[in-house]
Amino acid sequence: MDNLNALLGGFADVITPMNLLIALLGVTVGTAVGVLPGIGPAMTVALLLPITYGLPVEQSLILFGGIFYGGMYGGSTTSILLNTPGESASVVTALEGNKMAKAGRAAQALATSAIGSFVAGTIATALIVLVMPQVVSFAITLGSPEFLAIILVAFVGTAAILGSSRVRGFAALLVGLSLGLVGTDFVTGQQRLTFGSPFLADNIDVVVVAVGIFAVGEALWVAAHLRRKAGTVIPVGRPWMSRQDWGRSWKPWLRGTALGFPFGAIPAGGAEIPTFLSYLAERKLTKHPEEFGQGAIEGVAGPEAANNASAAGTMVPLLALGLPTNATAAIIIAAFMSYGIEPGPLLLTKEPDLVWMLIASLFIGNFFLLVLNLPLAPTWAKLLRIPRPYLYAGILFFASMGAYAVNAQPFDLFLLLALGGLGFAMRRFGLPVLPLIVGTILGPLFEKHMRRSLQTTGGDVSGLVGGPVAWVCYAFVLAVLLWPLVAKLLRRGRGGDDGPDDGSPHPPGVPLTGVAQWQGPSS
Amino acid sequence: MTVLVGYLPNPLGEATLRAGVEESRRRSEPLVVLNMSRDDVLVDARRAPADDLARVERDVAELGVDVEVVQVAEGSDPAEVILAEAAGRGASVVVIGLRHRTAVGKLILGSVAQRVLLDARCPVLAVKEERP
Repeated sequence: MDNLNALLGGFADVITPMNLLIALLGVTVGTAVGVLPGIGPAMTVALLLPITYGLPVEQSLILFGGIFYGGMYGGSTTSILLNTPGESASVVTALEGNKMAKAGRAAQALATSAIGSFVAGTIATALIVLVMPQVVSFAITLGSPEFLAIILVAFVGTAAILGSSRVRGFAALLVGLSLGLVGTDFVTGQQRLTFGSPFLADNIDVVVVAVGIFAVGEALWVAAHLRRKAGTVIPVGRPWMSRQDWGRSWKPWLRGTALGFPFGAIPAGGAEIPTFLSYLAERKLTKHPEEFGQGAIEGVAGPEAANNASAAGTMVPLLALGLPTNATAAIIIAAFMSYGIEPGPLLLTKEPDLVWMLIASLFIGNFFLLVLNLPLAPTWAKLLRIPRPYLYAGILFFASMGAYAVNAQPFDLFLLLALGGLGFAMRRFGLPVLPLIVGTILGPLFEKHMRRSLQTTGGDVSGLVGGPVAWVCYAFVLAVLLWPLVAKLLRRGRGGDDGPDDGSPHPPGVPLTGVAQWQGPSS
Repeated sequence: MTVLVGYLPNPLGEATLRAGVEESRRRSEPLVVLNMSRDDVLVDARRAPADDLARVERDVAELGVDVEVVQVAEGSDPAEVILAEAAGRGASVVVIGLRHRTAVGKLILGSVAQRVLLDARCPVLAVKEERP
């Protein structure tokens, strides 16, 4: 009951005209960037981070929460109308959604995805209220060795489980960890990787890394590649659904929510796997199997619900443990840090008002999103007509301004350009961006916990292997790392002529990575 | 010498096409139907789908007019493409559609029609949308 009272307190804090306006602004901007392929909520939050320094911390978090949720709604619009996912979590929606649109049922597809997102978002946000305090009370009992192990799970999860290639995932993670190392060692005061430059002695600001990789990297990539013929507009009316559509949608919504939330909540989750699982489940359970592949409404309703539920689930490790499981959450962590708030298990005890207000604002933002998306879907589709040069000129402007605003040093602009080049190269060679950002943000934290565990045992390695929680985490890490090898041996043992799916080390998102790579890993 | 029509997949485009066919008969010159879409946007309402262009070609050919349908999907400036095609094919007249624009639209976007009217070397026939 404490939770509910605290949540009601959060609602009371949120409902001021200014806060509601900020929430509305957040979900509007979030939907807009979700609609545009290549520009995700992560890039937007990174771009807006320096601009919001002037706002109180509550309002900037309401803004970011709104952008995060809005991006999930907006992504489906592009998937359905253009067969081009606005962000990677909407890749699966495109499978059936675009077929529906081509068959003249765009309005129903948009409606089921918007209402499904609302249902899933509301249920999942309510689940945050129930689950998060429990996770926090558990997390407070954990020591540095356990945290070390949990962060390691997050590293391995983002690098090896998400994305198409573990080698590329780990390469990106290593680059991120190296970027996180730059600066002064906090124990010995030694300079590391600074090349004697005083500008680097104070660590590379996460904002510069995020803006450089997401915004400048994406802009360079688009400038170099994406001149492709324009698509034709699919006419959309006002989204609506018939009684039959409702009947076919509500079960997939609930199943999608059930799949999406736990995946978002574990430190190695993400939205790609649950959306795909939801799609497979709906295809198996449907009463209209002949419609799958031709535009089945279940194939839109389920994955969209899973997508939003997992976005909400991400809030659990974010608020309870200080661990980001997707790029937007990683930037929100950076936002916490820039306000001098340390994300982690103590967040809920130290800043309860802030946390509950953020959750209350998510409920309100979710409602705004339904109102914004259901009647206005055709208007959002018009955003796709903005010529790219205008769009990316604006992005580069905000990127440079943001990077300069961090320290008011011209040096950061050169750094931004270099990191933008890195982001471009990563897109060129198919390296995922998420492990890099997670590595940069969690690297220093990882190091802190490792040094602390080693200090308590006087440098003895046994200090790294803490209690049962750490054992479970290490077992998971080992399982993920060794799985390809084991699978290979198993296959050889059985004669080596299994189906192509059997023993594959990759998650089910693999067949779709071609699409995902096109729009740049910018979710 | 040809008659060049700037074609759009909408009622104004149909009106433009009809005027172009008339002009081509009057001058007994072949008709070139040009559809231009930009390549720096994700969707372009000006882009005519392939089946629409095929229908245009069939309909106009049935009227006994010598017709060529051209679709240009590169570049970011329709006016430039129309002017270049007109010059390259030595068009004797260019037929384009004109429509009313809102004040805000005029402020934000340049007018393709205006640039064709001002910069074309040959006469330009401007067609208005039919009012019901």
